[in-house]
Amino acid sequence: MKCSTNCYQSTVSTSFAIGLSFSVLLILVTAFSSNAATPEEEGLTISKEAKLRDLGWQDSSANMLMKLRNKQGQESVREISIKSLEVANDGDKGLTIFNKPRDVKGTAFLSFSHTVGADDQWLYLPALKRVKRISSRNKSGPFMGSEFSFEDLSSFEIPKYTYKYLGDERINDLNSFMVEQDPVDKNSGYTRRVVWIDKSEYRIQKIDFYDRKNSLLKTLTYTNYKQFLSKYWRAMTMSMINHQNGKSTDLVWDNYKFRVGLSDKDFNKNSLKRAH
Amino acid sequence: MKKLALLATFLLLPEALTTNANAAEFELSGKVGIEERYFYQQPQQSGQSGQSNLSIFAEPELYWSWNDDSDTVLFKPYLRADQSDTQRSHGDIRELVWTHVGNDWELRTGINKMYWGVTEFQHLVDVINQTDGVEDIDGEDKLGQQMINLSLVRDWGIIDFIVMPGFRERTFAGKQGRLRAGLVVNTDRAQYQASAGQQHIDYAIRWATSVGDFDIGSSWFHGTNRDPILTVTPKLANQEQVLNQENSSSIAQYELTPYYELMDQASVDVQATIGDWLWKVEGIYRNSDSDNYWASQVGFEYTRVGIFETAIDIGYLMEYGKDSRGEKFGVVAQNDLFIGSRLAFNDMQSTEILLGGGIDLDHNAHSLIVEASRRLGDSYKLSIDMRWFSSDSSKDVLTSISQDDHLQITLEKYF
Repeated sequence: MKCSTNCYQSTVSTSFAIGLSFSVLLILVTAFSSNAATPEEEGLTISKEAKLRDLGWQDSSANMLMKLRNKQGQESVREISIKSLEVANDGDKGLTIFNKPRDVKGTAFLSFSHTVGADDQWLYLPALKRVKRISSRNKSGPFMGSEFSFEDLSSFEIPKYTYKYLGDERINDLNSFMVEQDPVDKNSGYTRRVVWIDKSEYRIQKIDFYDRKNSLLKTLTYTNYKQFLSKYWRAMTMSMINHQNGKSTDLVWDNYKFRVGLSDKDFNKNSLKRAH
Repeated sequence: MKKLALLATFLLLPEALTTNANAAEFELSGKVGIEERYFYQQPQQSGQSGQSNLSIFAEPELYWSWNDDSDTVLFKPYLRADQSDTQRSHGDIRELVWTHVGNDWELRTGINKMYWGVTEFQHLVDVINQTDGVEDIDGEDKLGQQMINLSLVRDWGIIDFIVMPGFRERTFAGKQGRLRAGLVVNTDRAQYQASAGQQHIDYAIRWATSVGDFDIGSSWFHGTNRDPILTVTPKLANQEQVLNQENSSSIAQYELTPYYELMDQASVDVQATIGDWLWKVEGIYRNSDSDNYWASQVGFEYTRVGIFETAIDIGYLMEYGKDSRGEKFGVVAQNDLFIGSRLAFNDMQSTEILLGGGIDLDHNAHSLIVEASRRLGDSYKLSIDMRWFSSDSSKDVLTSISQDDHLQITLEKYF
């Protein structure tokens, strides 16, 4: 990580926050291991637990409404359906199909995300009936003109970040851990993100994203959590606010279904062309 | 035989629909549009209409699915009405295809469209569908092709078997239409090498796979060449008599007639996606009675994301085309360089600008295009295209359209 004045300040405030919540930290340390854990180990442990609690969902399908709002309050809506397949020991496979706006109806996006290295991504253009492999380096670019970037929508994998436990805070009326996650990939649009994870169910409540200059860029808030298969939690509303340009995007999820019987055969170039 | 695939769809569809009637889902979507072309100069060829041309078109899309999406039917008719060119006013069934999906296979029966290849400026490998030449000069608009296509998904790739009962003739601008050769192509006088003519059954096979950063495809085609040989032919007697009364110039006594040969084409296409770079190669070997030759298109696409700390992406494209036939009339790229740039604004309206140019390295001929598009509201799209052509060599295909520089404005409504 490049260290500037900003970086120094953030380190100072981090240690300050840790100092304040020392007693909580102490309890946590004893809870997780008998040895004194560093904030880095602590952050990793919390993130691993969050990932562990979300393993085994196998496959899912859902519909998503993407509501884009500009500074003047003008709204534009995208209608998208998403199929996901959990891949053991690697990133998930995903098929994203656009239904609205109508001029991109039938356009579909296939991605094989990887924990290490570049993702594989293909785009299907229905007007030409053409499947095109695209560069996955564009992690920081906006997804469909929204305030979500491609990396904001990709699956969370442990090796993608380094971690640091920052302390505790009450958020959305829930006692939560604050964990700093620093992207390993140099093509990420962020220097770091601060994630609030609630202590009872290890669900992400809020994320602050810091841009390459380490200033606060966006805040993502997760609300309306619903539990599926008595285990897996999904936020039905995800609200992203861009503090620098005043724009915002809400994702409203609907018709979430788990274990619908998807397999590898639903995630290839043929299924991409079938997308409807 | 020609309508075999179509017939199969119609015969099998009602049965499938009635047995699963309660589960069938229907969806209607599509687009309608209006297009204005303005040519900067007076017509170059005799008989062509003036500098302004208005055109309207519609492309609805009807979609049925049943059996939990294992069976689908897509029907996409197309219709264009053109102010001046009677040949450009035309209709087509772009798609009418029944798709049945099995566990690791798919059967697509009916009229369908299939795209092969990786390059942007020329599509050598893409030979399944006939070009709808009256639509636009970029060759990217295709006519629906009747076919039965079995697609198998294997660990080592996807393999497609295609049987095409029946041939579609290329469409050409009529006498009044601009963007055409000096002589008008009379499609009514098309001739075929195959004794079965349009009823000849064509075959193709394609294998495609992805290995790491590489996407590889290889195909073989046997059947009627989609590119006709155009021959200067005297007009038929009855037409001549009419013509003698209104026009006495000798060139008016002639027209172009298309001759469709049989051919074999073997091809390979590869794209390597490495970081911000897409490296592309297409190569073909084509063999027919009149000619056998190879041609290739190689190039790259490099994208810089978020330029000047904005959300704008800029892409640079460069491709080189080579054709072993050399400077023969009708060869698109015998030794040609193509350069382009794509700007994607990544905004709410999906604003995009594409600049592209082609330079013939053997003689002085070049073309330049600018294409810009933007969504208006939620369901309209505005496109502005500008094209310039220039050539001082009669051997170049651009010669006959060198006065056809134009501005094209298209407004489409999607539903």
